[in-house]
Amino acid sequence: MALKDVTLGQYFPGNSVVHKLDPRSKLILVVLYIIALFCANSYAAYAMLFVVLAACVAVSKLKLKTILKGLKPVLLIVIITGILNLFYTPGEGAPLAAFWIFKIYPEGIRAAIFMVLRISMLIVGTFLLTYTTSPILLTDGLESLLSPLKAIHLPIHELAMMMSIALRFIPTLVEETDKIMAAQKARGADFESGNIFRKAKALVPLLVPLFISAFRRADELAVAMECRCYHGGEGRTRMRKLQFAPRDAIALVGGAVILAAVLILRYFAR
Amino acid sequence: MNDAIIKTEQLTFHYTSDEEGAVAPTVLDGVDIEIEAGSFVAVLGHNGSGKSTLAKHMNAILLPSGGKVYVDGLDTTEQDKLLDVRRTVGMVFQNPDNQLVANVVEEDVAFAPENLGVEPSEIRRRVDEALAMVCMSEYATHAPHLLSGGQKQRVAIAGVIAMRPRCIVMDEPTAMLDPIGRAEVLRTIKDLNARFGITVVLITHHMDEAAMADRLIVMSDGRVIDDGKPQEVFQHVEELKAVGLTVPETTELLYQLNQKGFDLPLSALSDEACADALAALLA
Repeated sequence: MALKDVTLGQYFPGNSVVHKLDPRSKLILVVLYIIALFCANSYAAYAMLFVVLAACVAVSKLKLKTILKGLKPVLLIVIITGILNLFYTPGEGAPLAAFWIFKIYPEGIRAAIFMVLRISMLIVGTFLLTYTTSPILLTDGLESLLSPLKAIHLPIHELAMMMSIALRFIPTLVEETDKIMAAQKARGADFESGNIFRKAKALVPLLVPLFISAFRRADELAVAMECRCYHGGEGRTRMRKLQFAPRDAIALVGGAVILAAVLILRYFAR
Repeated sequence: MNDAIIKTEQLTFHYTSDEEGAVAPTVLDGVDIEIEAGSFVAVLGHNGSGKSTLAKHMNAILLPSGGKVYVDGLDTTEQDKLLDVRRTVGMVFQNPDNQLVANVVEEDVAFAPENLGVEPSEIRRRVDEALAMVCMSEYATHAPHLLSGGQKQRVAIAGVIAMRPRCIVMDEPTAMLDPIGRAEVLRTIKDLNARFGITVVLITHHMDEAAMADRLIVMSDGRVIDDGKPQEVFQHVEELKAVGLTVPETTELLYQLNQKGFDLPLSALSDEACADALAALLA
């Protein structure tokens, strides 16, 4: 078990325009992009969204391989969705092909292609966000975007703090898991053989010490934070302020234009 | 500068027991100490002597069950002065991993000033300064989990320095470090006191760390049993051994020789002083 390979919100540092964009703009753009994807219902719209995405990937200077690697775990879901759409979309005209209970209509092919494109582009789009934005900036961006919700007493600062602490402790806890695993193996614990139930049961001696240690860490961290005058989000300043640059305005306008184009294609270009 | 930055008056502390009628063990039993501003004080004691509990009273993490603790003249039980107390006396703990909040070094150092509502440009200045003081400037943009133990602990110290405290209490800061990390951290602590005039209270059970200080307070069973310059305190070899502590190896050597009938000064604490004393005997 290679726990070191766990990649949660993996980030590839870089210096491209996509990297430098304000995290808030990127979050908004991803939301706009997702809306556009779900509104797109023509080849022209999908082609446009594909070109935009490809352009963003090219500008970000990420390797195509890393992007495709991110798609791999969801490949099965994409294929199954495609096949289901292919066979279960009823059409008006005569079926193109029919055998046993399966009938393929032209509408089915269209629906399958759209669904596959939609899911893959959705995933690549969101990966582009996490690959080019450091987790801290992402958290800061979320906190800043959601801060109006503080008015209705949603604990936005607390949620952001929890998220950043979780991100901080992932590598620490992964390392600790490796250590506990080695210690239990040294005493004869067997994590690999047996059926799924045995394997699940074998995890108990791993999880119990891990949880105990995590609680102890949480306790110590809380005291250390108090010692450094932490008293919630009130009156707190930040060293690095998020700042919109002209490029953010350009990117956001670009995003809005693309969404508008997709909507026009949907409702007027018939 | 001879005013007391931390002062305890008949400080007692016991944990409140959940069970009714159960006797809550007394952890601190009438501690009276004064820590002078600018001094370097070591608090020495065995496990369970109450030294960590005493440390936690110095910035209001724990509040006294009886008696008083004053930090720069402020009573630590006053709720509305809590932040003033904590920004005056910073605290560093044993496990560096459990003190670091952010996943970039400079962001972590910025945590305390951010909490205090300091202006962003001023935070930047303080962070750079604090990292320079612990010689970690080149690691400003690194992830803490990739640093060594000693480096992590120095980042933790920088995170406290960035509050600009007048005093730093260190609760066994080297206990989880390897010898190299320990040496790094001890050098940093000495520097903070000697070069930057920050009052240091070092809680430890290492004799050689305690010997570095200007003043040594020995605790046992929640009481202060000895208080003075390390050279003086370590001369009380029998008393220290009675409470389960040892003395530095130099003192131990001289003490053993004295037991055999020689007359050597037990105050020769450093290696050099000890060697000189032995040379004088042989000459």
